[in-house]
Amino acid sequence: MFKKILIANRGEIAVRVIRACHEMGIAAVAVYSDVDRASLHVRKADQAYPIGAAAASESYLNIPKILDVARRSGADAIHPGYGFLSENAKFARSCADAGVKFIGPTAAAMDVMGSKTRARQAMERAGVPFVPGTSRGLESFEEAEKVAARIGYPAMLKAAAGGGGKGMRLVHAPHDLKAALEGARSEAERSFGDGEVYIEKAIVNPRHIEMQILADEHGNTVYLGERECSIQRRHQKVVEEAPSPVVDAEMRRRMGEVAVRVAQAAGYTNAGTVEFLVDEKKNFYFLEMNTRLQVEHPVTELVTGLDLVHLQIRIAAGERLPFTQEQVQIRGHAIECRIYAEDPDNNYFPSPGKITLLLAPSGPGIRRDSGMYEGWTVPMDYDPLLAKLIGYGTDRDQAIGRLTRALREYFVGGIKTNISLFRRILRHPDFRAGKLDTGFLDRMLKEKQDATAASKTDLESRDVAVIAAGIFAAIGPAAANGNQENTTKPGSNWKAAGRDEAMR
Amino acid sequence: MTYDVNIDGKHYRLDLDHAEGRWSCRVDGRTVEVDAVLARPEVLSLRIGNDAYEVKCERSANGSDVHVWVGSVRFAAEVRDPRSLRGRAHALDDRGPRKLTAPMPGKIVRILVAAGAQIEAGGGVLVVEAMKMQNEIKSPKKGTVQKILVGEGAAVNAGDVLAIVE
Repeated sequence: MFKKILIANRGEIAVRVIRACHEMGIAAVAVYSDVDRASLHVRKADQAYPIGAAAASESYLNIPKILDVARRSGADAIHPGYGFLSENAKFARSCADAGVKFIGPTAAAMDVMGSKTRARQAMERAGVPFVPGTSRGLESFEEAEKVAARIGYPAMLKAAAGGGGKGMRLVHAPHDLKAALEGARSEAERSFGDGEVYIEKAIVNPRHIEMQILADEHGNTVYLGERECSIQRRHQKVVEEAPSPVVDAEMRRRMGEVAVRVAQAAGYTNAGTVEFLVDEKKNFYFLEMNTRLQVEHPVTELVTGLDLVHLQIRIAAGERLPFTQEQVQIRGHAIECRIYAEDPDNNYFPSPGKITLLLAPSGPGIRRDSGMYEGWTVPMDYDPLLAKLIGYGTDRDQAIGRLTRALREYFVGGIKTNISLFRRILRHPDFRAGKLDTGFLDRMLKEKQDATAASKTDLESRDVAVIAAGIFAAIGPAAANGNQENTTKPGSNWKAAGRDEAMR
Repeated sequence: MTYDVNIDGKHYRLDLDHAEGRWSCRVDGRTVEVDAVLARPEVLSLRIGNDAYEVKCERSANGSDVHVWVGSVRFAAEVRDPRSLRGRAHALDDRGPRKLTAPMPGKIVRILVAAGAQIEAGGGVLVVEAMKMQNEIKSPKKGTVQKILVGEGAAVNAGDVLAIVE
């Protein structure tokens, strides 16, 4: 087993991995940029090394600097977390060259998954279902017409070099195809200098469901069940849960077996996630594979009772998977909320700043993976994910109840957070009914908030606010901040003590 | 103590007294039974009757904005102590024109000086009545009354500019 692991990351995931190291009796080495000296992961680590300026390219993405710290600290393995260098094949290769174990898949497996066309070829050989369509560019309108007739409408035209929605056209009926194809081609030409366009069956209101897999270095691969990640905004996941409300045991087995084939086709090792689009008839199609630990891994941990980071470390150390597929059991239900420093009143723009007050929830079925603390200033340089709040219950309703209760206990003062968004999601009738798709959140945000339910309590709350505001003013900000010595006159400590006493 | 409390733009008159470990409290004249414990800095545990509330106070870095959270509901709060107005005025810069503002919503019952008149610091300019109490609005500085912006009988809101002393 490793003696010392370097964590090439920051924030809540760095804290998460440091904790796993300590649980396994392994020393943890943190790296930090100039603006992260006061970050939680530096406080929790056994050793911490500065690696440069705030810009990620100068620090968390800088391979030579991180490998230099690995050498100087004597770390025998590197955990990359998620984001930053976690899916960088060059980094995995550099680690191998430097004689440090990269906790993740091999560079070769990442290369296969990193290239869309190579991934598709490998997957097609393994019999993995794709969204029906052409994997190459269309030669002519006649070809487009023929393929569209075969796969059925609605169909989606996509630029081969595309991204960000450019060069994409949704076609509802045959007579729209010609104009759409010309439009997509010219837009692709203008945007990417490449007019190659292919056609796929359009999946209307898909669900995004992904399968967690684990593979050891001895040829054993298992799936650990799915996560429903359909609640997204700007292609960012916001709420994830396990199991999915629509996946039954039979569908889980079929999806899981496909995910295992995907991993094996790529020669994959360690933890990974195979993402699928699921249509209204529960057909699932391969989307891509994420070759890292996911942000939302805790929901899988809660329903399987496994610790994915421990297992990642043990697999990387050469151990065999300590269980078989048959031993993996899904029990209960878990839902995760990603707490971001974002302003709900300003279109969810990042809102960094100093956390002046932090009241954290706890109690039955609540897990909180956090990278923040009271008094810490959230830097503006990175992803504004502050913490993940996960609710677990015997069933979905209990998980929702516990999470709703915990969100009520959660208070982050001084900065704006998206906590209020989760209260809305969790009480939404469609969410309650498990009727989810990737358009859910945008639709919900367009709905008017129902003010009627809250109005009576608001009136009472208003009176409470009046009284509390007066009492806060009466005891003064000095007392309220707990630093009486700054403002009380000399000799009046008795008075302050008396006032404190009276407040009890 | 009497406070003018503004919660999300609505004004309240709050009488607050603290004796023998208990708060006695009136909101706009209504007596409310309150039991308050400061659980930790910026967090109050309130009992109003037997209803329990956790109330959080959130201040912006410069202290100018205060928000009060009752459970998960956020209110913008502004608290003024009408009697400390004069004390606060002294701390401010004495040069240049100064605005006299209404410390609470009420009615202008008397105007004591005319525009153009000379006035001493602390001299009365006008009288505002609110909650059946008359408050003399005093000049924060020695100078000339440049403008009187309200007439007798006018209704004013807290923060309304009443007069300017140059």
